[in-house]
Amino acid sequence: MIVLNGKGVFGGVAIGKLSLYQKQQHQIKRYHVEDADAEIARFEEAKKGTLVQLQELYNKALKEVGEANAAIFEVHQMMVEDLDYIESIINMINTQNVNAEYAVATTGDNFAEMFASMDDAYMKERSADVKDISERIISVLSNATKSTVDSDEPVIILAEDLAPSETVQLDKDKVLAFVTKFGSSNSHTAILARTMNIPALISVDVDLTEELNGRMAIADGFTGTVYLDPDEETLKKMQEKRAKDLEKKELLLQLKGKENVTLDGKSINIYANIGNVSDVANVLQNDAGGVGLFRSEFLYLETTDYPTEEEQFQSYKAVAERMAGKKVIIRTLDIGADKQVDYFNMDKEENPALGYRAIRICLDRIDIFKTQLRALYRASAYGKISIMFPMIISVEEVREIKKIVEEVKAELRDLGIPFDDCELGIMIETPAAVMVSDLLAKEVEFFSIGTNDLTQYTLAIDRQNPKLDKIYNPHHTAVLRMIKMVADNAHANGIWMGICGELGADLELTETFLAMGIDELSVSPSLILGLRKKVRETNVDAVKDALLDRLK
Amino acid sequence: MKQFKYVIKDEQGIHARPAGLLVKKANEFSCKVTIGKDGKDADAKRIFGIMGLAAKCGNEVTITCDGEDEEAAAKGLEAFLKENL
Repeated sequence: MIVLNGKGVFGGVAIGKLSLYQKQQHQIKRYHVEDADAEIARFEEAKKGTLVQLQELYNKALKEVGEANAAIFEVHQMMVEDLDYIESIINMINTQNVNAEYAVATTGDNFAEMFASMDDAYMKERSADVKDISERIISVLSNATKSTVDSDEPVIILAEDLAPSETVQLDKDKVLAFVTKFGSSNSHTAILARTMNIPALISVDVDLTEELNGRMAIADGFTGTVYLDPDEETLKKMQEKRAKDLEKKELLLQLKGKENVTLDGKSINIYANIGNVSDVANVLQNDAGGVGLFRSEFLYLETTDYPTEEEQFQSYKAVAERMAGKKVIIRTLDIGADKQVDYFNMDKEENPALGYRAIRICLDRIDIFKTQLRALYRASAYGKISIMFPMIISVEEVREIKKIVEEVKAELRDLGIPFDDCELGIMIETPAAVMVSDLLAKEVEFFSIGTNDLTQYTLAIDRQNPKLDKIYNPHHTAVLRMIKMVADNAHANGIWMGICGELGADLELTETFLAMGIDELSVSPSLILGLRKKVRETNVDAVKDALLDRLK
Repeated sequence: MKQFKYVIKDEQGIHARPAGLLVKKANEFSCKVTIGKDGKDADAKRIFGIMGLAAKCGNEVTITCDGEDEEAAAKGLEAFLKENL
């Protein structure tokens, strides 16, 4: 068995024979043509044929991978019709009396070169598009047949690189996975693979030789590994991995678009916890109703200095826009304790979990807090943003926060910057907040329980200490009573409440949470559909009394 | 001649797709449409030219319409930029 390493750009496991995909190498010969006008006519004819092909590809892509991904072929059509491009080709034929193939290839190289030399990663990639359209025109000129999969059974496609047009052209039913030696995770091919739901691996360290053709292989898109001639043990392991993945994808298929409603008609919102802008793809793929917790810390943890208002604004805006009107609850800075940031220059503390952290820092260093709030409010004009404050212990803190929020809003108003009135809420993660939750509920529009910290503070157990694992019981009646108390106080005061800690995804407690009338559970994107399944199989009315009695 | 300036707000700048849409829009008008950035001008009816400007988020571009329907073109393109970029 040979193990080859690369990078997975779309998860999934494929087991099958390798099929070497070779581009038709057009050896472009330059030759002299007597009749330049006839050669130009030949080019014009080929251009027409190319446009027809691209239109067909566009239609195929539209059906298979959606409009946004199909758009690239519309762009390709425009490139083929670009006057600079055409003029360059015609000019070359006219003045040098060269054949059309040569003129197209040379012009294509020149334009590709222009993009390749641009100081912009995205534009650099576009040189591949220029090459792609030029090759297409040349193959029409030389009447070449299209490359296709030359096999009856589905195969793992192995290629140097794949142009988007080549990816779409392949017969989807015959492709188990894409494996390329080059390519980038931003390439259209990677994007298309994701949309087509086909495992894809790039930058795989392999020499493409004819002898690879037809050999057994396993491509693991999760790890980016290719096993060539796998041994029994690996094969068995990967078959299991594949089955598990398919089961999950099946679940996705069954539950995507379905409501989170119990058998007796009670509904609950299931949102996603995220820690970065790039997580949004996963959120949408798993069909979350919104983002229940966007941890803003990454902005602070990934830099060597305070992130600027503009940097923060761009991130919040990106998430709000991509969620397209669905609720996005962003938690303000929650550092300290186990999350340390060098440039904050914080003193070493005896007891950081009970120390200078989260909202306590923000209310002390108001400049940092205001920068974040301004960025949040500016981004609110681009979607549906709610703001949530962590580590609250008192009504006074909330009032102080609201005062600062009003100042920020007034500043933005004076500057004429548009913003929405964000829904404001707090994390309930201290026993103090639980005990005064009736009072807090009159100050804010929602609660979200952070069960990790709440459990740690309630049980007085450091969850990082492995010695205490045995007695760390997140199902402790004290914790569950706290949650119920918060739910009751929220509802008595007409606000909604949810859970965004790990407990929210605990399927053993889903019935209890439904019985308490909890309005929202926010969990990791990958756990959403499993939770939805559980909710849809529950009859709350039947178990409600028994579950709640246990907490009395 | 009609001219206006616009600051790109789209995160990705004028990438391939909006460049293509811009070409489509510009072609709706018969007048000459030029897009300029930092002293470099490109014909807004040619996709490679537009992409060659590499206009990014925050960059200011100048649109110049010159010809019979310049008034309508400037209006139409301004609305297009606001909506798409």
